Amino acid sequence: MLTAFDLLPTILAAAEATALPAQHPVREVVIEVAYLAASVLLMLGLRGLTRPDKARRGMQLAAIGMLVAVLGTLIDFRIVDYTWIALGLIVGAGVGAAMSIWMPMTAIPQRTAISHAFGALAATLVGISHYDYVTRVLGEQVSRFDMAALGFEVIFGSLTITGSLMAFGKLQELLPSAPITYKFQNASNIGLFVLAVLMFLFLVFTSSDSASHTVLFYLMVLVGLAVGVLIVIPIGGADMPVVISLLNSYAGLASSATGFVLGNNVLIIAGALDGASGFILSILMSKAMNRSFTNVLFGAFGAPTAAAGAASTAGLSVRPISVEDAAAQLAYAREVIIVPGYGMAVAQAQHQVRELAELIEKRGGEVKFAIHPVAGRMPGHMNVLLAEANVPYDKLLEMDEINDQFSRADVALVIGANDVVNPAACNDPSSPIYGMPILNADQAQSVIVLKRSMNPGFAGIENALFYDPKCSLLFGDAKASLSKLVAEVKTA
Amino acid sequence: MTSLSSVFLLAAEGSSTSLTLPFLRFYVFVLAGFIGYQIITKVPALLHTPLMSATNAISGISLVGSLVAAGAQFSKFSTFLGLVAVTAATINVVGGFMITDRMLKMFKRQEPK
Repeated sequence: MLTAFDLLPTILAAAEATALPAQHPVREVVIEVAYLAASVLLMLGLRGLTRPDKARRGMQLAAIGMLVAVLGTLIDFRIVDYTWIALGLIVGAGVGAAMSIWMPMTAIPQRTAISHAFGALAATLVGISHYDYVTRVLGEQVSRFDMAALGFEVIFGSLTITGSLMAFGKLQELLPSAPITYKFQNASNIGLFVLAVLMFLFLVFTSSDSASHTVLFYLMVLVGLAVGVLIVIPIGGADMPVVISLLNSYAGLASSATGFVLGNNVLIIAGALDGASGFILSILMSKAMNRSFTNVLFGAFGAPTAAAGAASTAGLSVRPISVEDAAAQLAYAREVIIVPGYGMAVAQAQHQVRELAELIEKRGGEVKFAIHPVAGRMPGHMNVLLAEANVPYDKLLEMDEINDQFSRADVALVIGANDVVNPAACNDPSSPIYGMPILNADQAQSVIVLKRSMNPGFAGIENALFYDPKCSLLFGDAKASLSKLVAEVKTA
Repeated sequence: MTSLSSVFLLAAEGSSTSLTLPFLRFYVFVLAGFIGYQIITKVPALLHTPLMSATNAISGISLVGSLVAAGAQFSKFSTFLGLVAVTAATINVVGGFMITDRMLKMFKRQEPK
């Protein structure tokens, strides 16, 4: 492979021979060095996240890396006017800071989703601006290679913008979180996607100096926006961890494609890191649900499968429990495992959970938390909420670590979780979630489930655990129930 | 096309290896993706939410491209798109890093009794 040194004589000759409008060799070297430093800092920063005690410091390195990249870019000789840059930076920093300071931790999935939309918006607009500059202002041809990169950039970018906005709408409950389905949905989505690919190929292989090329380019952006909407609306709330990870990956790929277009390595590197991260997370999330990507994206979970599950529990009854009895069980338990789910996040009950756990520990019991990978609406959602409530992270155990310990636990306390403790995943091949790895809450000596009502969970699947004789249900809002439990355990 | 890379491009186009530059970019992309894979697979599930908000902040690197579009006065249209892009990317970067830090600050070990 050629190195920069091998190329050096050629570079110098070329630099002399060409008539680029302005050459600022010193600045260019400074910029490239800044980008190199930024790339290294970003990678070191992410590496910090492999250890909880090093994570904060790592992220500070990454933030410095980002600052270095921005400062480097600001001395680019093509920038002649800083007014709009300053305005954008000030407004953006203000809005970003406000969002991060006042956003409650329960709203993290929404914030992440909308933030993906902002990142993708920036990448898409940079792509459009580049296309417009080359074709209209300079009146030049866009090379095939650049057009291919631009195409990737605006397609990934535009579908991530609207896809993330839809995900935001669902998480914020501005849109129904249940899947929105209609006839020929998959066929029409695939058709639209194929259309986008055809437009892309046409743009790459035709000359870019015609008006029709320009029209088609903007049409492709519109198709990308439409694909983003249509691909996310049929996906239900419980599948959001996969969707949000996938959108994370797409936002990264759009940034990387921007780097290909602009010939900018720090963009390529940062985008690739982001793309890899989102991709890995979406694979982990899919595995944790025992479903394939295609199944999540095109499977529109719901109606047809609910009936199958419901039949098997007909004639069985559940055992409600009073606050007093539940409190007594917890107060005298030696080992309690708490299984939090999305219901805890909705009720914002994490502080009450921590209070209850502390009380039990004060009485001599031991409390651990079992965290399923897809509990909540994004990867790691439960960990952040419990950390916010001051639960030390060594008490938050992953599925593989804790599953063997359920059989020793006196009580498994399930708070607003459903599918992740459904034994049908292990023993009912007809269940839509069959094969999904679950938390073995059913192996505990007794199980107490905090639940709002007997409505089946989001996926519409009945949960045999609730009908298990050793399982009792405490109905009501999780936060209210927990507050009552805390009061009772105190006096027990 | 920025700086040195444009010189690379010219150099590459001037020689018989006009594919060198695009391929260099693929090398960078593939190697960075590989490093990303190696690092991210070692991040514990405990930190997956901060990981996502961190990579989300990092994807705001498009800010670098937006700055040139907003400041170069290529055209009014470009400047406008650049302004919106700078704003959006900055929200992403500043908000992303700040909230990641806020989250990471909350993760504590159990205090020894």
